[in-house]
Amino acid sequence: MTTTENPIQANVGRTRLRKEDARLVTGRTNFTDDIRLPGMVHMVVVRSPMAHAKVTNVDLTGALDMPGVVAAFSGADLADDAGGLPCAWPVTEDMVAPEHKALAIDEVAYVGDGVAVVLASTAAEAVDAAERVVVDYDPLPAVVDMKAAIADGADLAQSTLDTNVSYRWPLANGDIDAAFDGADVVVEREFVQQRLIPSAMEPRAVVAAPMGVSDELTVWSATQVPHFVRVFLAAVIGIDEQNLRVIAPDVGGGFGSKLDIYAEEILALVLAQKLGRPVKWTETRSEGFQATIHGRDQVQKISLAMDADGRFRGLKVDLLADMGAYMQLLTPGIPILGAFMYSGIYKMDAYDFSCRGVFTNKTPTDAYRGAGRPEATFAIERIVDEAAHELGVDPMELRKRNWIQHDEFPYEMIGTLTFDSGNYEAATARAIEMFDYDGRRAEQANRRDSGGTKQLGIGISTFTEMCGLAPSRVLGNLRYVAGGWEYAQVRMLFSGKVEVITGTSPHGQGHDTAWSQIAADALGVPFEDIIVRHGDTAVSHRGLDTYGSRSLVVGGAALAAACGKVVEKARRVAAHLLEADEDDVEFSDGAFRVVGSPETSMTMQEVSTATFVAHDLPDGMEPSLDSDASVDPDNFSYPHGTHLALVEVDTETGQVELLDYVSVDDVGNVVNPQIVEGQVHGGLAQGIAQALYEGAVYDQAGNLQTGSFVDYYVPGAPDFPTFRTDRTVTPATTNDLGVKGVGEAGTIASTPAIINGVIDAVRHLGVNEVLMPASPRNVWTAIQQAAASGSADSDDAQAAAAVQADDAGPDAAAADNAGQAQHAAGDTGTSTGGDA
Amino acid sequence: MQVNVTVDGTAHSNEAEPRQLLVQHLRETLGLTGVNVGCDTSNCGACTVHLDGRSVKSCTVLAVQADGHEVTTIHGLATDETTEDGWHPLQTAFHEEHGLQCGYCTPGMIMAAADLLAENPDPSEEEIRDGLEGNLCRCTGYVNIVRAVQAAAAAGNGDGSSVSAHQAEEVSA
Repeated sequence: MTTTENPIQANVGRTRLRKEDARLVTGRTNFTDDIRLPGMVHMVVVRSPMAHAKVTNVDLTGALDMPGVVAAFSGADLADDAGGLPCAWPVTEDMVAPEHKALAIDEVAYVGDGVAVVLASTAAEAVDAAERVVVDYDPLPAVVDMKAAIADGADLAQSTLDTNVSYRWPLANGDIDAAFDGADVVVEREFVQQRLIPSAMEPRAVVAAPMGVSDELTVWSATQVPHFVRVFLAAVIGIDEQNLRVIAPDVGGGFGSKLDIYAEEILALVLAQKLGRPVKWTETRSEGFQATIHGRDQVQKISLAMDADGRFRGLKVDLLADMGAYMQLLTPGIPILGAFMYSGIYKMDAYDFSCRGVFTNKTPTDAYRGAGRPEATFAIERIVDEAAHELGVDPMELRKRNWIQHDEFPYEMIGTLTFDSGNYEAATARAIEMFDYDGRRAEQANRRDSGGTKQLGIGISTFTEMCGLAPSRVLGNLRYVAGGWEYAQVRMLFSGKVEVITGTSPHGQGHDTAWSQIAADALGVPFEDIIVRHGDTAVSHRGLDTYGSRSLVVGGAALAAACGKVVEKARRVAAHLLEADEDDVEFSDGAFRVVGSPETSMTMQEVSTATFVAHDLPDGMEPSLDSDASVDPDNFSYPHGTHLALVEVDTETGQVELLDYVSVDDVGNVVNPQIVEGQVHGGLAQGIAQALYEGAVYDQAGNLQTGSFVDYYVPGAPDFPTFRTDRTVTPATTNDLGVKGVGEAGTIASTPAIINGVIDAVRHLGVNEVLMPASPRNVWTAIQQAAASGSADSDDAQAAAAVQADDAGPDAAAADNAGQAQHAAGDTGTSTGGDA
Repeated sequence: MQVNVTVDGTAHSNEAEPRQLLVQHLRETLGLTGVNVGCDTSNCGACTVHLDGRSVKSCTVLAVQADGHEVTTIHGLATDETTEDGWHPLQTAFHEEHGLQCGYCTPGMIMAAADLLAENPDPSEEEIRDGLEGNLCRCTGYVNIVRAVQAAAAAGNGDGSSVSAHQAEEVSA
């Protein structure tokens, strides 16, 4: 069932197999670590093993004596070669932040903070030599916990600051006091968004080549944002921007972790200039766990005020957001992106939000798939379930009573945004039908009555999010230093073939294919005759790259606009050659036809060739059909959907099994259904992973306990069912394509769906909260605590507790995580690797 | 130490440090950069190749252990990698079922899947998921990877899919 039929054209709206795949399935790829240049040296960063310490001495002499070593530098050696790492989002005027040099000089502030670099002819020699660097540290107290960090008299995470609170950022709308004072029911909860490690499969890497290798400084980086990297590296190092070229070659996933300017990019470029040789750095996975940004890590205090009939009156959110030790590119702004989303799809009278950004001695946080919106969506979708329980109504029914009706769009919501379109009823109806909601409720009741140890839970998430980052004016008002427009160019070649240039920078999304589909339909040329170029600032000189589900919404709109300009230019040429008035020339199916005499026509490709040779063009017309466009959206787009999860919880062990997952997303019009479905699948897996599997754990000294794939559980194929997905289509009205963005939807929606399901399965045992990940230990502990507090509906909880009373679990969270790590080293599926 | 290894049908003889991993030998010495490195703990499977026809994470094998043996990488799987007609059925299936997004895990995933199908030509969904447990993907949520393996299995590719193209030619010759 669709709300509105998606207009299907020759290419747009149909699955076209991806153009990208030919390289990728045959291994003919060009990832950054694959690049080898003559004279290239390998860089290794020596990192702090201490979470917080004064650096009293760095001795490089042992390293410099090692074979193959070309050079070694301490932070002090490079102090004047570059400024600090940039933060592009100082969210308040009085935000405080420590200086963040590419290498620490006097003080290290997290385990993994770089203190020295060693450069050698081979990577192995560089690793060996780095072992010989001797660094003396004078330990300082480590600040690990956010609540401790904001307490009076707390130790400081950065000794150059006099506080651990970087900023306080408020958002208020409506009379919050009236909303709460007059409420019949107020539900209050505290949710913890555990810290996550993004874990794109390609580790970060950078290669920098000095002037002389080519006519400009060239940086290849495993980045989502080559244009950002160019602008900021030039500014930080003091290079003229026109002399710096940044290339994102094949990039193996990002999920926000490659939306940044990293110390190693600065170091590689500075050292390539200094040594006059190409410099390469590739992180090891375990190194990346320390040195590449983390995601989430927030504590959310949330209160929902309601009337007795369940009508929502107001919402208060008090947020603590862990910045880690430093501000990376967007660190302070991530929780602010969430600020607009806490009211979800619901109507209410008042909203009060406040966020404090807090420094700790941990790896900096920054954007991770969803970036603020998953956290917000979790909080509202969780507390709506809690509110339903308190009111004694079905959680879906409470949602229906409060959500924005489809005939109320456009709707100015309480979080100050205007939702342009949506149809929550339609998506929910389809999800309920696919899931057999009533049937599953009956099944759940039967299980409950049977009193068995495996109980069913149904998890709901009716979410929305904001995509298509972003209107530049809005970003300006939020003190973001850049804009949010996007760029596209269409080059019509002699042969009638087409080059499309985009300022977005794909790293797995399939832009080559989707952009070809858009251009093929708009220009009336074959899909196969189009090549899409991106990710190189020398090819695509303008662009703001790929993040925030923006590429199609903003970049696709720019492409459509550029194609429109090509058609108008070509119409003029065609009219001239067909000896007709321009107003009498129609363009459809790739041909210009004279109205009334359809046999008089020229194809776009014929016009393109005629324009290129320029033998007979209208007087005064430039001999080119090439066109470009920069498009700045005037609103965000708002995908939404209804997700339903069926989980089974073993009340004796706390083991959760995800039995079924249904998602119905409304991402507006779609260009390529297969790619859209793939994005949903991957998003679901990452959101479910937060709910059930992943969590970065630090000990009290600030050591990352989950320091590799052995201890940090990135789920594998056996950990998921086959997701069942469908879509409704309510086109966005904020861009000409009617698209909303799909990159983050699955991740944003699924985490609360799973946790709501887990709690629904053990609610009768008195459980109303479980820490993420909902590992056996965390679920078991929640059941025991509920039993101990006597909050169960019946004696079920006491019975469950009695079974396990003598079997106390370990109390180190890290042990819990390690207990889940089941990927056996060396296990490649059906065979075991090893001796030849 | 000298390592004599046949890779994708070509015999190579090169020096290798005793500590050099097979994956480093393939990438750095032989330039076979389609073999990717995704971790340092043998968890992710991005570097999976076939050693004498069986899948192995090439980071768990020393280069010197491959001395005298045959290695097949993603580069040797197709009869002609430049045309879809020359692809291995699993390469076609991953393409058609959208079993890849960023593609970084894909070479290892395909090599692992080829061995899986060689051992079990008609696997259930559960057997596919369990069989690929040692290969991590962060993009696809595995749904379309499973579909791709099912599609390749349905195409009757179970018998000898782990045998690389050049080996198959040798066998038929």
